[in-house]
Amino acid sequence: MGIEEKLPAGVLLTTVEGVVGYFRKASVWPATFGLACCAIEMMTTGGPVYDTGRFGMEVFRASPRQADLMIVAGRVSQKMAPVLRQIYDQMPEPKWVLSMGVCASSGGMFNNYAIVQGVDHVVPVDIYLPGCPPRPEMLLDAILKLHHKIQTSKLGVHKEQELEEQELTALESASTSEMKGLLR
Amino acid sequence: MASLKQQLWDPIAGFGVTFRTMFRKPVTVQYPFEKRPTAPRFHGRHQLNRHPDGLEKCIGCELCAWACPADAIYVEGADNTEDERFSPGERYGRVYQINYLRCIFCGLCIEACPTRALTMTNEYELADDDRAKLIYEKKDLLAPLLPGMEEPPHDMRLGDSERDYYLGAGLPGWSESGAAVPAKEDVESEAAHS
Repeated sequence: MGIEEKLPAGVLLTTVEGVVGYFRKASVWPATFGLACCAIEMMTTGGPVYDTGRFGMEVFRASPRQADLMIVAGRVSQKMAPVLRQIYDQMPEPKWVLSMGVCASSGGMFNNYAIVQGVDHVVPVDIYLPGCPPRPEMLLDAILKLHHKIQTSKLGVHKEQELEEQELTALESASTSEMKGLLR
Repeated sequence: MASLKQQLWDPIAGFGVTFRTMFRKPVTVQYPFEKRPTAPRFHGRHQLNRHPDGLEKCIGCELCAWACPADAIYVEGADNTEDERFSPGERYGRVYQINYLRCIFCGLCIEACPTRALTMTNEYELADDDRAKLIYEKKDLLAPLLPGMEEPPHDMRLGDSERDYYLGAGLPGWSESGAAVPAKEDVESEAAHS
């Protein structure tokens, strides 16, 4: 089938998407964005025992302009939400968001007026990580799942097609008020 | 002005630490390849336990939901009928949902459970990219069927009366005189888990 058969032995062919995904996932630099107790576990994950340097993400960038991944570690208060959004906007594309801990993911046990009930009200989240706070292994697991997502992400025309399909399914799906499930 | 000792000896002493460390074993846990076991009573994902014949232990009393400080648990009970029996008692949990985006793994639900239907496992790899997938339903939480268990609904297999059932009349090692006397190590391990 075409070019593959004419190549000498030992040469592998892959797609541009695969190569770009491989390179992208190998050096995801997180932005320093610790908000609460989850940040302590995030620092432990960056330390020598768990060592995110094994996955090429040992540099926690203090400037969002040099970061690819925002690990939202901790509860986001209403007052912090615009700051969080601004940091996200300052990050260059491609960028990902990992919502670490239940407080960032859904508000957790702080179901009150001071806390944003889920950071996905403010920024699009790629990976949700439960736990209060999650242990470093859980964060590493979430990071590896994100790496897989980055590796299999699409580019260019494929990306546009994917976004169109997502928008169509989102438009066709029932709204929450129309859902008739087990919850009343 | 730095002294002669500061200029000459201190760099050697400093790099000495670096040099010594080169011969030490690295402390890094190679996490995804080698998993360090958690503490035995680690608070991980929940599990809904079963009786030895496969019937569910949950009676749908909602005490776990009431104990939950984060309102992460939703339970809806229903009545067992003679045709459809899910748990040995009167009621069973028809709907059981735990929202892992709210759950803080405090274990108050485990303490509240009167039948030890709800316990925690050592599983912690829960991250997902969808909020809906992180609401675990009853089918995700129920314990796997062990040998000798059968998927409910079915009749109570361990005895005719409720007394016989809870004492484990259908189990091997049961004697008419009293009850199935568990082996000593079983008692100890149960005590260690409770």
